[in-house]
Amino acid sequence: MNWKLSFKIALTHLVTKKKQSMIAMLGVMFGISMFIIMISFMTGVNQFLEDITMDNTPHVRIYKPIEIQDRKIISEQRAPSERDWYVVQHQKPKNDMPRIKNGLQVMASIEDMPEVKGVAPLVASQVFYNNGPVQIPGTINGIDVRKQIAVFGLDTKMDFGKLEDLLKGGDMLVMGKGLAEKMGVSVGDRVSVTTPEGNNLTLKVAGIFSFGIAAMDETRSYATLATVQKILQKDPSYITDINIKMKDVNAASVFRKKLENQIPGVYVEDWETANASILAGDKIRNILTAVVCITLLTVAGFGIYNIMNMNIINKMKDIAILKATGFQGGDITGIFLLQSLMIGVAGGVLGLLIGFFFSYLLSKAPFPAASFFRISTFPVNFKLSHYVAGLSFGFLTTLFAGYFPSKKASKIDPVQIIRG
Amino acid sequence: MSIALQADNIVKYFLEPEKFQVLKGVSFDVKQGEFLSIVGKSGCGKSTLLYILSTMDTDYEGSLSIKGNKLTGKSQNELARFRNEHLGFVFQFHYLLPEFTALMNVMLPALRLGRYSKEEVEERAIAKLRLVGMDEYAHKHASKLSGGQQQRVAIARALINDPAIIMGDEPTGNLDKANSTRVFDIFRELAQDNQQTIITVTHDMDFANRSDRIIEMQDGLILDIHEPAR
Repeated sequence: MNWKLSFKIALTHLVTKKKQSMIAMLGVMFGISMFIIMISFMTGVNQFLEDITMDNTPHVRIYKPIEIQDRKIISEQRAPSERDWYVVQHQKPKNDMPRIKNGLQVMASIEDMPEVKGVAPLVASQVFYNNGPVQIPGTINGIDVRKQIAVFGLDTKMDFGKLEDLLKGGDMLVMGKGLAEKMGVSVGDRVSVTTPEGNNLTLKVAGIFSFGIAAMDETRSYATLATVQKILQKDPSYITDINIKMKDVNAASVFRKKLENQIPGVYVEDWETANASILAGDKIRNILTAVVCITLLTVAGFGIYNIMNMNIINKMKDIAILKATGFQGGDITGIFLLQSLMIGVAGGVLGLLIGFFFSYLLSKAPFPAASFFRISTFPVNFKLSHYVAGLSFGFLTTLFAGYFPSKKASKIDPVQIIRG
Repeated sequence: MSIALQADNIVKYFLEPEKFQVLKGVSFDVKQGEFLSIVGKSGCGKSTLLYILSTMDTDYEGSLSIKGNKLTGKSQNELARFRNEHLGFVFQFHYLLPEFTALMNVMLPALRLGRYSKEEVEERAIAKLRLVGMDEYAHKHASKLSGGQQQRVAIARALINDPAIIMGDEPTGNLDKANSTRVFDIFRELAQDNQQTIITVTHDMDFANRSDRIIEMQDGLILDIHEPAR
């Protein structure tokens, strides 16, 4: 079969029916451009949400949970062979501190593992921030400032002051924006902090940060490990959490199992478990995006199918002549399939351009977010793979939409048409 | 003289609206270079017979061979290839592709055949258009030509691959006297000078009487085959 000739005939048909071809092409164009805009925006939003969560979420977190043990303490003194019954009403947890045993050594050994990008220790404690007679509950996290910067980029979240100032010594902390507002303090002011055990310390505000997550910004503050250990009156080896960033995020759950086997007596949690609800949200948004995009492309496909069908009905006479003069079924299929593909490719490429243009505009449009969001324009993703997918979708839809009418055209019996 | 076309006991039924025998066993030979006319009243089956001879209609009984090739039972695609190479058609209602120029209309079957390069095909197409006196309209769109002009372009198209047999279904059916004489003269010349076989179905007894042989049909049968009464 002679593709060049089929192409020439197909092109002539398209050019002589400009209006019809344009309308068919606009259908594809609209579908593809909406696809690009939708997917760029949706994945942008997903990415944004994932980023604000993942920035502050360790990929793997090791901590010591306080749990009520099922094992009755009283039974520990007896040999297991004694079949006695002990009933302990309302057993309290042991005064077991949430300390990770040999935390710093464990941390050092994890740091050497090849899968790990960085490790940061944490001493977390619940505290009250005293604002005159009012106590505001919250948490204070003691951090290794340099490691926290290296692993979590905490310094990029600072609105006022510098995180490194904590290293200058003296009792200082940085606090969340929402918390600072509640307290009515700004950089340089002093706040008084009370631990659940009743220890009290006055700290100077060295800076104010915001994550864009209200729950964190309204309750949390950071100080050095030493400062928090001091408030809690603990020794310098006391740490409650080890936060790990992985080289490959998706290896977290495998790595978690490895750590669980290696370090006894702690609880290891990966980010997928910790953020299950966010991941579910991501999935739902992705499904929505896919459904909307497929709908758009299907509608465009049906548009092409209709137009091609009409086109073939209009061209019955021509098809009969071509067949009478020696064109075979395959040639006829080729001619009409090529028409449909030309519509698809032209509409697809235009759709990509327009989709890119509008998603670019969107990415520059100011986002009317609440002030605590660290974002000023709409989150939009520009990914080559979306554009490739858009074009191939357009190509495939038009291929399918064009195939059936073209097949029908090839089956037209020239005698019936020529006889009239 | 060799046999160009041989039809043997051709039987054809129309199934719609009810089963009806259109051709009741038609057999005849056509020699190479012969100018044959098939005449008869409307509904006698002469056009149906021509479409069977043209290989476009494959739903018949009996057998058909052209230039010694048995064509009955071949696939649609094989027949299309055969038509492309060996058969030329001129229809009653001109039937050009309206989107293309006269020249392109003539060129298409040759480009499909692919025996010559595009430049050669163009040259040959111009030559065929000159033969029918249409070379000055070569670059006009088919839809802009008059009926007689379109008919002549259609003849040029039928000739482009130098087919062994040229078939015409009422080729002069809607032409005026001058144009129809012109078409006749072209056919005459092709048969005489190029030894191409012409088979036409016609109502026009003047036209038939000037051909080499006449097949008269009635009710699906050949009534008579005779030389025209001059």
